[in-house]
Amino acid sequence: MVIKADKLNLDFETNDGVVHALRDLDLEIGAGEFVSFIGPSGCGKTTFLRVIADLETPTGGSIAVNGKPPEQARLARAYGYVFQAPALLSWRTIARNISLPLEIMGLSRGEQQERVERMINLVGLDGFGGKFPWQLSGGMQQRASIARALAFDADLLLMDEPFGALDEIVRDHLNEKLLQLWKKTGKTICFVTHSIPEAVYLSTKIVVMSPRPGRITDVITSDLPDDRPLDIRETPKFLEIAQRVREGLREGHADD
Amino acid sequence: MTDMLRQKLLPVLTIVAAIAVIWYGFTVYLNAPWQLDQYEKTATEWSMTDLVRDTMAHDRPVLPAPHQVVAEIWKTTVKKKVTSKRSLIYHSWITLSSTLLGFVMGTFTGMMLAIFIVENRAMDKSLMPWIITSQTIPILAIAPMIIVVLNAVGLSGLLPKALISTYLSFFPIAVGMVKGLRSPDPMLIDLMRTYNCSRWQLFFTLRLPSSVPYLFTSMKIAIAISLVGAIVGELPTGAVAGLGARLLSGSYYGQTIQIWSALLTAATLAALLVIAVNIAAQITHRMMGVPK
Amino acid sequence: MTGLQKLLNAAAALCGLYALVDGFTALSPALLLAAGLVVVCGMRLSPVLAAALPVVICPQLDLVISLIAAGAVLAALQDGMAGAVWAIAIAAWLHGWLAVEKTMADDADATGFNWVVSLGVPLFFGFWLLFFWEALTIGLGIPTVLLPPPSMIGARLVTSTAILMADFQQTFLKAVLAGYTIGCGSAFVIAILVDRSNFLRRGFLPIGNFISALPIIGVAPIMVMWFGFDWQSKAAVVVIMTFFPMMVNTLSGLSAASAMERDLFDTYAAGYWQTLFKLQLPAAMPFIFNALKINSTLALIGAIVAEFFGTPIVGIGFRISTEVGRMNLDMVWAEIAVAALAGSASYGALSLLERRITFWHPSYRTK
Repeated sequence: MVIKADKLNLDFETNDGVVHALRDLDLEIGAGEFVSFIGPSGCGKTTFLRVIADLETPTGGSIAVNGKPPEQARLARAYGYVFQAPALLSWRTIARNISLPLEIMGLSRGEQQERVERMINLVGLDGFGGKFPWQLSGGMQQRASIARALAFDADLLLMDEPFGALDEIVRDHLNEKLLQLWKKTGKTICFVTHSIPEAVYLSTKIVVMSPRPGRITDVITSDLPDDRPLDIRETPKFLEIAQRVREGLREGHADD
Repeated sequence: MTDMLRQKLLPVLTIVAAIAVIWYGFTVYLNAPWQLDQYEKTATEWSMTDLVRDTMAHDRPVLPAPHQVVAEIWKTTVKKKVTSKRSLIYHSWITLSSTLLGFVMGTFTGMMLAIFIVENRAMDKSLMPWIITSQTIPILAIAPMIIVVLNAVGLSGLLPKALISTYLSFFPIAVGMVKGLRSPDPMLIDLMRTYNCSRWQLFFTLRLPSSVPYLFTSMKIAIAISLVGAIVGELPTGAVAGLGARLLSGSYYGQTIQIWSALLTAATLAALLVIAVNIAAQITHRMMGVPK
Repeated sequence: MTGLQKLLNAAAALCGLYALVDGFTALSPALLLAAGLVVVCGMRLSPVLAAALPVVICPQLDLVISLIAAGAVLAALQDGMAGAVWAIAIAAWLHGWLAVEKTMADDADATGFNWVVSLGVPLFFGFWLLFFWEALTIGLGIPTVLLPPPSMIGARLVTSTAILMADFQQTFLKAVLAGYTIGCGSAFVIAILVDRSNFLRRGFLPIGNFISALPIIGVAPIMVMWFGFDWQSKAAVVVIMTFFPMMVNTLSGLSAASAMERDLFDTYAAGYWQTLFKLQLPAAMPFIFNALKINSTLALIGAIVAEFFGTPIVGIGFRISTEVGRMNLDMVWAEIAVAALAGSASYGALSLLERRITFWHPSYRTK
């Protein structure tokens, strides 16, 4: 089990009172799964990801990452995190941005260089290593940030709406690339999105969430084949799963 | 409320208290040598409490204790008639009036320059580097000379000092206004173009309103620096009136308490002026619906 | 030509015409030539006349005419300034402006750095500033004890180099450099220490901002009492003046990195020093350079003003105050020129360094 949440609770104190960001979350994610979290804004999907990453501390229940508390997992550099925005340091070239985690983790120069080259090649940014982030398009920047998250070879990848700000054509392309990458590396991926087609296309498991309080309303296991060309999105099977996700989302809203 | 108290006021008050403690410490430390000398001369027995008490009661201390300065300010503001030459309120008023005149002239000059610069590229390229260079001339340092020269051509009183303040304050205004006038979103400028609006319509409906927040930020800097200009401008007028004159006469006669009280008054004045601009900014912003 | 350009050209031509009519018999040959050129150049405004003239419309032509006219005016200055000479001076300036306007119009669509526009135009403007200063002081016979002409100041700069150098060394090389380094350096270190504690940062930031706005220069007499007459007391004033802007800016800079970037470093379990050197300090650089630039001017002012309150018999501030007393205004202005040059040079050097180090900042980016 890579992630195991048990009766997980997280409350925020705000000026308008207490906000229940997460309420009694139970979830298990196994190795090699591709799990999508979907739901309207405020449903706690990003918060849950941040709890896994030890960027937020839960106020109740328990969570284990690789069988350890999140803090120990973070200190052991157990995961790579991709944010909503590329969050590349603008004073570093693309190559040096990708090598940033490697520098922090103290890898040798040679090792750094070798890995950076491999990652740049993996995300298809060959020839752009010497450019600065602001000289690249949004899609290329986000690819660089994925390369950075993959660079230190953690088995778990946490992605928080990484393609949210991109246009649909670029997004389709990156979705395809991401699937190939997942198959090639066998990593466990937690992926937050608010797009139903994206969630269904990518995932082996879809977690539907709803707000106030943030909770899980449905967990859908996808039985789409592993090999997924883009036009799989037209098949009845795909549409059927998408329909179930949509119903789950609507249900969450019904008791508003 | 309690939250704000804990988040903002408490840290500030702690630091202020720390500064006061350090100040008292230095008062004792710096005034002790002279005091010890006195004890030796008069062959007085002394204890630590005597030393602390006596070092804080010098007439001309190396460093006066805060309470001495506050007492002096109290004596020269509340207890003196406003018209008296020894009243700090009188001196503050002299300084304040030239500060405000200089600030108004500086703001006007700065705004005009900014409008020229934004509306004409030749002006931009010709003027901008010189506006920056103008501030590397240590005007404060030559302020006394300017005052003397202006006096010689018959300009005396308020105006020469105000001109120093003008020279200092036009700079932040000009730079801030240029930034502000150029701040509208290009998309909004394009929108105005689709309405086929004239250059001046664009200026008054879009550029000028967008520059207001920048203007107020610059005005806060400008008014503080105007005060500095006015004080330094008062140094050479033969120590007649104004906070600068108090500084100078204090330094001539070794009246350290007088120097510090003038300094502290100037600091209070600066704070009040900045707060006044801040309030004006908040009122204007609220009327214009500028988001906080 | 645009409306503004036509207006400038027409105004110049009118000035030239006035000069010819008013002073035809009195003007020197050079001035007559200049006035004539200006009038001929005005003819291109009429399409009929322009066709008959071999006049090309290019900025170089206006530049040449304005320089010829300016030269003729300067040569005639000693003989007193008649109305006609003033008219030619104004025409010269209008043609200079016209040349700049045209250069700008040509450059409007160009991208990238243009030496002529970025360096030539401001220098040209500086030339006109000096020109009118010279023309007004000599032409109007302003007493040199009030405002000496630039030529006289220039002569002083050349003849009194030794004194100027000694003053520069005392005020700039000793007091300013020492004070600036200590003030900025200690503020930088203290800001980094303060930044470690949220509580301290919240206390220091408003207080530092407040003190930065105060007339700190007023401590100059106290520093002179404490540290004596030599450069140490001036350096002390500079330290106090530069400390707070630097501390406030460094503190703001250290928290300039976005929350997301901080989270990123948290996910790497990066240590304090790694976050400081790889994230916080680079992100703080624009703020730090802002303070360094502000301080470069403040430091010079502080050191010079402090010299008014007592000094050995050398130093820029000392020279200014004594020479004002002796009515040697040319020497005073020579000192001011030295100070302004030192100030501009430091500011320029810091700006260049800033451009190199914070090349990534949106204000410098080039695709």
